[in-house]
Amino acid sequence: MTQTPDDTPVIKELAEIGRRSDTRDVLNHATKHALNKFEDYFIVDVDAHVSEDQFWEEVLELIDNDVWKQIGLHQFGSFGGGNALLNLAPGLSQQSVGGRIGHQGRREPVEGTEGHPFVTSARRGMDALGLDYQVVFPSAMLVLGMHPQDEVEVVLARAFNRWMTEVVLPKDDRLKGLLYLPFNTPEVCEELVEKYKDDENIIGFTVCSTRNNPVHSDVYTKLYSMIEETGKPLAFHSGYHWGDPSFAQLNRFLSMHALSFTHYNQIHVTNWIINAMPERFPKIKMLWVESGLAWIPFLAQRLDHEVLMRPSEAPGLTRLPSEYMREMWYTSQPMERTDLGMLEATMKFFNAETQLLYSSDWPHWDWDAPSTITDLPFLSDQAKRNILGLNAAKLFNLPVKRTRPDSEQTLKERPGVS
Amino acid sequence: MAAQNIKPLRDVNIGKYDELSTRERIVLDIDGKEVGVYFEAGEIRAWLNVCPHGGGPVCQGQIMPRTVQDVRPGGKSGGLGHHPTERNIVCPWHGYEFGILSGEHPIKGDVKLIPVAVRVVDGDVVLSV
Ligand code: FES
Repeated sequence: MTQTPDDTPVIKELAEIGRRSDTRDVLNHATKHALNKFEDYFIVDVDAHVSEDQFWEEVLELIDNDVWKQIGLHQFGSFGGGNALLNLAPGLSQQSVGGRIGHQGRREPVEGTEGHPFVTSARRGMDALGLDYQVVFPSAMLVLGMHPQDEVEVVLARAFNRWMTEVVLPKDDRLKGLLYLPFNTPEVCEELVEKYKDDENIIGFTVCSTRNNPVHSDVYTKLYSMIEETGKPLAFHSGYHWGDPSFAQLNRFLSMHALSFTHYNQIHVTNWIINAMPERFPKIKMLWVESGLAWIPFLAQRLDHEVLMRPSEAPGLTRLPSEYMREMWYTSQPMERTDLGMLEATMKFFNAETQLLYSSDWPHWDWDAPSTITDLPFLSDQAKRNILGLNAAKLFNLPVKRTRPDSEQTLKERPGVS
Repeated sequence: MAAQNIKPLRDVNIGKYDELSTRERIVLDIDGKEVGVYFEAGEIRAWLNVCPHGGGPVCQGQIMPRTVQDVRPGGKSGGLGHHPTERNIVCPWHGYEFGILSGEHPIKGDVKLIPVAVRVVDGDVVLSV
């Protein structure tokens, strides 16, 4: 084997990727995809996550009730740590598959950087993935709807919303938030909508779907009217809950996760439609988050089938459930794509070209890069652009402007060595 | 012409076998081409650092024992266990796993890593990239 001096290769070693790797190194291949596949697209990520457990003390400090603040901070300093006051069961949080997927629960190395560590870490993720805007959701709080103490949901919702609007969102115009609504206590939801409806960084409202509240209940009608009035969307973000008696039969995290993330949104969409909420609140913009796509044609067909046979049980409807469902919006992740024929039919079924919004779910374990959309062989270029950003810009009233640095620049600043 | 873009493979010496083989895995970027080289059970394998799922940096993930489910007489479950010898490469992006030696996904064998030719020449490890 001979190598001449001019063909001496440049060799560098790449380190193992783990929980403490720099986001830009973990996502280096995604940045190259951005450069090669969608550099000129406008991209909005409608669902990414704050690992708020890392900043939980900051949130607890903002609790406006002396008693819960004292209990929370006490737990924080003792056994509760980043889960103080929360109902998340750490032993059942098996997302990282025994640490195999290191970015779940990651700890970004931000030593030596300026600014809030969450903002630093989020910016790295946005630049590396090629995103112009990112909507941030909480993580551990996603199951707070199942907390047995409604007042804890209320104090944490108030504190988290303050943390988001006062500490994080003003630091970067590319970060946007949806207001957390403590849905177990409707009157506090109303108070919070009133308080934050004009905050320009709050581009909508969110209910964490993992809960047992019937969404058609009259206790929510005032809230829906208020949200309708703001013109900002209402997003139901799905989640899991292994404690649900049906799911307690499932012995693997994957089984429970696969079913429960579609389960809660199916229940809420069913109640929403069968009780004719789209007729009663025709202007409200409903967005269903993090259930993937395969459930949409399943549920629509089930409901159409039964509504035709039992119209007396859904007398408020003037159209089939599938027609109402085609007027709602959905986020893409975790997009099932093991059978592209099925995916194409699904997207056609609910008019994905206008109703689907790209979401990454970064840094959670089953996240999707923008290339999951650009790689689809059956979508037109316009459909890809709509799904990746233009639909979101319309729904959330965001300016269609490039805010991210060039991918080449990102790669130059951090060439991905770890 | 597409053919003009295809560079011929060339041999690249990445170091002494005796030294490298004490490490179980090394991932290299060679002029922009990323390759993971594995030393496992006295054998060498080299795989492209590009995951067939979503193009993730598969070789930069963890190496884990293959998980197996024992079945006891009568079809009863013996529970989960680690395979005594077989180990998998785990993609750090979403957890797809591949046998170090086979490059195959343990459940769907046609989901595979892309091999890179590797051999030992006069005590040196040589890749064709
Ligand atoms: S890219 Fe490797 S598991 Fe998804």
